[in-house]
Amino acid sequence: MLALKLSAYTLTSALGAGILPHIDALRRQRGGIVRQHWETVDFEFCMGEVAGVDAFALRPDLARFDCRNNRLAQYALEQDGFADRVRAAIDRYGADRVAVILGSSTSGILSSEVAYRHRDPASGRLPAEHRYRETHNAYSVADFVRHYFGLSGPASVISTACSSSAKVFGAAQRMIELGLVDAALVGGIDTLCLTTIYGFSSLQLVSPNPCKPFDAQRDGISIGEGAAYALLERPDSKATGGILLTGVGETSDAYHMSSPHPEGLGARAAMTAALEQAGLQPDDIDYINLHGTATPSNDAAEDAAVDAVFGRATPCSSTKGHTGHTLGAAGGIEAIICALALDGGFMPGGVGTEARDPRLHCNYLLQTVERPLRHVLSNSFGFGGSNCSLIFSREAV
Amino acid sequence: MSMAPLYIDGVSILGPGLANWEEAARILCGEQPIELAPIVVAAPALLPPTERRRAGMAIKLSMAVGLAAADAAGIDPASLANVFSSTGGDCENCHNILETLASSDRMISPTRFHNSVHNAAAGYWSIATHCTAASTSLAAYDATFGAGLLEAATQALASGKPCLLIAFDTAYPEPLYALRPIPYPFGIGMVLNPARSAASLASLRLALTRDPVEPMDDAQLEHIRQQIPAARGLPLLRALATGTAGRVVLDYLDDTRLALEVGA
Repeated sequence: MLALKLSAYTLTSALGAGILPHIDALRRQRGGIVRQHWETVDFEFCMGEVAGVDAFALRPDLARFDCRNNRLAQYALEQDGFADRVRAAIDRYGADRVAVILGSSTSGILSSEVAYRHRDPASGRLPAEHRYRETHNAYSVADFVRHYFGLSGPASVISTACSSSAKVFGAAQRMIELGLVDAALVGGIDTLCLTTIYGFSSLQLVSPNPCKPFDAQRDGISIGEGAAYALLERPDSKATGGILLTGVGETSDAYHMSSPHPEGLGARAAMTAALEQAGLQPDDIDYINLHGTATPSNDAAEDAAVDAVFGRATPCSSTKGHTGHTLGAAGGIEAIICALALDGGFMPGGVGTEARDPRLHCNYLLQTVERPLRHVLSNSFGFGGSNCSLIFSREAV
Repeated sequence: MSMAPLYIDGVSILGPGLANWEEAARILCGEQPIELAPIVVAAPALLPPTERRRAGMAIKLSMAVGLAAADAAGIDPASLANVFSSTGGDCENCHNILETLASSDRMISPTRFHNSVHNAAAGYWSIATHCTAASTSLAAYDATFGAGLLEAATQALASGKPCLLIAFDTAYPEPLYALRPIPYPFGIGMVLNPARSAASLASLRLALTRDPVEPMDDAQLEHIRQQIPAARGLPLLRALATGTAGRVVLDYLDDTRLALEVGA
């Protein structure tokens, strides 16, 4: 496939706003998961909340989009000079030649969750100020970002649960390769809401402690929130040491709505497809950023899949112990973590994991390793059996 | 600029008074009037009994439309990459979760929760058809049909393999119905093939345009087109039904629309 350059990128999570706090946290193995009360949830739980979202105000002309998800969307967009890089690309190509393809699982549903508590007792109507289209609706965040930049090119939200913002890289790559657009703003945004907090709790998938991916004592996820963006363009004719998207593999499990195939067959096929797209062999991959949610069955299935494709030597880790599981934003956040790892030459050691599960076989890093990297792979798997593996590479200079 | 040509291999439709493609084709040709009637769709026999019991309108509708399109194209759905485009997914399930979360006992059921993901219909589809190919579920408010068509077209052209588009919308009950009044469940399915086959109905080239959409002649069909995002594909189906080659413009995002060169 045509490789694309990540000509700008940024991320915001429980680790902080923008790239610098993330590099620091990844290198020093600092986590952002905290036990606390949130909103009206009637129990304490461990979560990766982004500081400052509640107090953040949207640009006044976009006030109609106001909700937690779009606040985080704008807050994250304005870190690291990212929005200026997008504006420069729009100047270069035109507003109709830049696509917006974002991933989100729950969008701004928190707004409807709150509105349903305030229905008119007689008529059942929602409060007059509730804006469904600009908040709760699945497309809301891409609509918001498209208006933020005044874009008129293609746009959509991909919503395939926890693989959403990995798959946006594939959709954008196809549009650019086929000449429909010249650049794409991709990424993922998901924020805390009652649907996921109570939903994962009812499935008994939430750990009472900060999550421990690949640990023998792992007992569930920690829900997080976050946003990540990348600007994708065709690479320059001369290599400049930048970060490239070189492979995308997408498959379906066809097995179960909320459990992965126990041998990780769909995950295996996604990783193999990404390698084929990149024209690489398993040995070429220097580091794997695992999906690694820290539920007993997810990690076991992914371990079996990694073992089948790569064997047991390739260094890997999950960064869910740092950020929590940011659900529809996870693919995007971990894509940018891969870019930071390639650019800085390090492989992040896991957070929360004390002892590797002896029943798992992959080379899970408990300590950060500083080493130049050439190719890395990122896994994202979601409910409904939706799998996506991405490969990122550093241009040789 | 327009993309490389594709071929439409098999099309399906399910909506009010539009029970199947053959009947819809006569209505779209103006040979018979549309008689709006609630849509009837059976629980899919392909699903295992447990999943079948949990299947709401979104799953039944998308599966019926997808199976009919794959059947018309003569392609085993197990091998077809697919795109599920829907503005709200399973709206009834979403409403039920919101009611529970606003009640004194907020513990939502595990089934309701895993059915709440936008790709729930796609997940059930893969289980029912044993399809392990790539599957994307997306939304773009009123532009959702156009976004799905573009995603399916780029998927087919980039992979060199056919891709199944399943465009469907369901209706919210009140109180969200007042804010998103989708009057009927509605679905369109089609297989986009990068190569011409014996089942090819027409060729298709896509591009972006600012030209206006030509509305449906029939007032009721035009009402459906405007009220239901998936029905924004009706002008393309009219061209297929009448066998008219030429240019069709579909609504997409605001002033950005899709120009389709439909050929023999």
